[in-house]
Amino acid sequence: MTTPLLEARALVKTYGHVQALRGANFTAYAGEVVALIGDNGAGKSTLVSCLSGTSQADAGEVWFEGRQVRLDSPAHAQRLGIEVVYQDLALAADLDPAANLFLGRELMRPGVLGWFGVLDRRRMREEATAAFGELGIELPDAGTRVSSLSGGQRQSVAVARSVAWASKVIFMDEPTAALGVVQRERVLDVMRRVRDRGIAVVLISHNMPEVLAVADRVEVLRLGQRVARFDIAGVSLDDLVGAMTGALDVTDGAA
Amino acid sequence: MSGTSKALPARPPATLASRLATTNVLWIFVVLVALVLFFTAVQPNFANPLNIRSIAADNAALLVLAVGMTFVIVSAGIDLSIGSVLIFSGVVAAKVMLAVGGDPRDPSAGAADAGWGVIGLGILAGLLAGLAWGVINGLLVAKARVPPLIATLGTLGMALGASYLLTGGTDVRGIPRQLAGTLGFGLVLNSVPWLVVIAAGVAVVLGLVLAYTRFGRYTYAIGSNPEAARRVGIRVDRHLIKVYALMGLLSGLAGVMSLAHFSTTTISGHSADNLAAIAAVVLGGTSLFGGSGRVTGTVIGVLIPAVLQSGFVTIGVNPYWQNVAVGAVLVAAVYLDQVRRRARERA
Ligand SMILES: Nc1ncnc2c1ncn2[C@@H]1O[C@H](COP(=O)(O)OP(=O)(O)O)[C@@H](O)[C@H]1O
Ligand SMILES: [Mg+2]
Repeated sequence: MTTPLLEARALVKTYGHVQALRGANFTAYAGEVVALIGDNGAGKSTLVSCLSGTSQADAGEVWFEGRQVRLDSPAHAQRLGIEVVYQDLALAADLDPAANLFLGRELMRPGVLGWFGVLDRRRMREEATAAFGELGIELPDAGTRVSSLSGGQRQSVAVARSVAWASKVIFMDEPTAALGVVQRERVLDVMRRVRDRGIAVVLISHNMPEVLAVADRVEVLRLGQRVARFDIAGVSLDDLVGAMTGALDVTDGAA
Repeated sequence: MSGTSKALPARPPATLASRLATTNVLWIFVVLVALVLFFTAVQPNFANPLNIRSIAADNAALLVLAVGMTFVIVSAGIDLSIGSVLIFSGVVAAKVMLAVGGDPRDPSAGAADAGWGVIGLGILAGLLAGLAWGVINGLLVAKARVPPLIATLGTLGMALGASYLLTGGTDVRGIPRQLAGTLGFGLVLNSVPWLVVIAAGVAVVLGLVLAYTRFGRYTYAIGSNPEAARRVGIRVDRHLIKVYALMGLLSGLAGVMSLAHFSTTTISGHSADNLAAIAAVVLGGTSLFGGSGRVTGTVIGVLIPAVLQSGFVTIGVNPYWQNVAVGAVLVAAVYLDQVRRRARERA
């Protein structure tokens, strides 16, 4: 078996007296779509935040490309090529899509102007339009504020931003929850295409048909622990639901 | 207007949203022009260059404050302390000029005859004093997480109290005549007051900074969604400290300008500066909720009350009507902004 690209080992995370993660394991390999599923409150979002530098686990280890790492900030994770599409999208609604795509990574004008911090807005717009186009995302105009876009379009902007910058791992926390059928298909397509670039795509979803349609593997989280792992081939909807609810008792190591 | 933005999401016409943003500024510009035309029609004397020059000079310090306030409000903050910081900075500048440039044989004259070395030192001290209060505000807001309204209400009291302690409650006199003669009421090229040149320079430079630089973009992003900014690696705390520090520095500059203009500290005269600056920013189309706004709007927002005030005087209406009118328009502007926001969130 190849070395995992990203691995969580026995992560513990406590909020007050809620134990969101109780020794959670998780593994993602390069070039796969792995679905992370579990009931509400199972700890999926918490796990993602610990693996993307947004928050730090109280105990446990994170391994990246065969080495142990401490992800102390989102910026650190981003430098490693790890991106997240957050459940709440995390867009600056008053800025336009291009500004959001480049937020925190702005392109500067060359020369003296750049030295003064002047943005290269035209280049950012052009590159953003290209990035959106590549994903088959149509936006009315790169100059429109995100706040005036529809839910689906906002989701597209958030997805496009992560895809544009992720070189290793991309977490998508319920990326299709707000979407209609057509847009949902498009996002699934984007996931497949990103996977084919050799990136690990981690999909968090409550939609089992969607999981079965796009994932190569599934890992199941329950009450802050990984309780099952499946290869998609041969797995049934009942297996997944059983593992999530605890009806089906599978050990952590099961493949 | 709420109807339009509600209809947007289905298929937003390309430029409607951006046009909406600019029409705000355009609209109040039209109001400004209409006011000027109206007062000129009623009393042609209104438009004479001397009157215009004095309107501009009297409002130069306010413009400097309001430009800083634009950054603060765009970042979804507020700074109530600016008037007190202005006073404190003026007091510090005056005290330093007197201490360094005072004539020991003639204490009553103060530093009236002091030269540019002394003046420069005093100005520097005043700017630094303002900057220091700004940094304190920034630390309170960004690091101590005290809501800006309370943090700056606290420093409002502290800076004012400190000014009274430093002066014993009497205005400092004996400001260098050279300072008053140039910065205070001197003219550049015999036509434009120095105060106006400085205020315009501040507005142009910081207007460009807000619109075209990374500093400006981070200010919008933080005002729009601080969590989103944090997640993409923007150092939100550090940026907010810079924004409040800038506001403090500009309050210091306004303090120096006011010191030069009146040839004395005006410790009892700035209790409503914060309201005037906030009103100007909001009239200029900047959202009190943060995330949007422009310096161009703020400039017009400073000019509208100024023109009203002066206009009422020239046509013989009690100028206190200006306060009533601006107050009403301010509430209406915020109300409309709120309606617009709510419509957008529902969508
Ligand atoms: N910031 C937080 N503060 C307090 N409790 C939290 C926080 N984030 C998550 N939790 C709690 O941790 C548990 C796991 O939540 P979460 O990771 O969001 O689960 P999921 O994404 O699987 O639905 C829940 O009980 C939730 O209430
Ligand atoms: Mg969740």
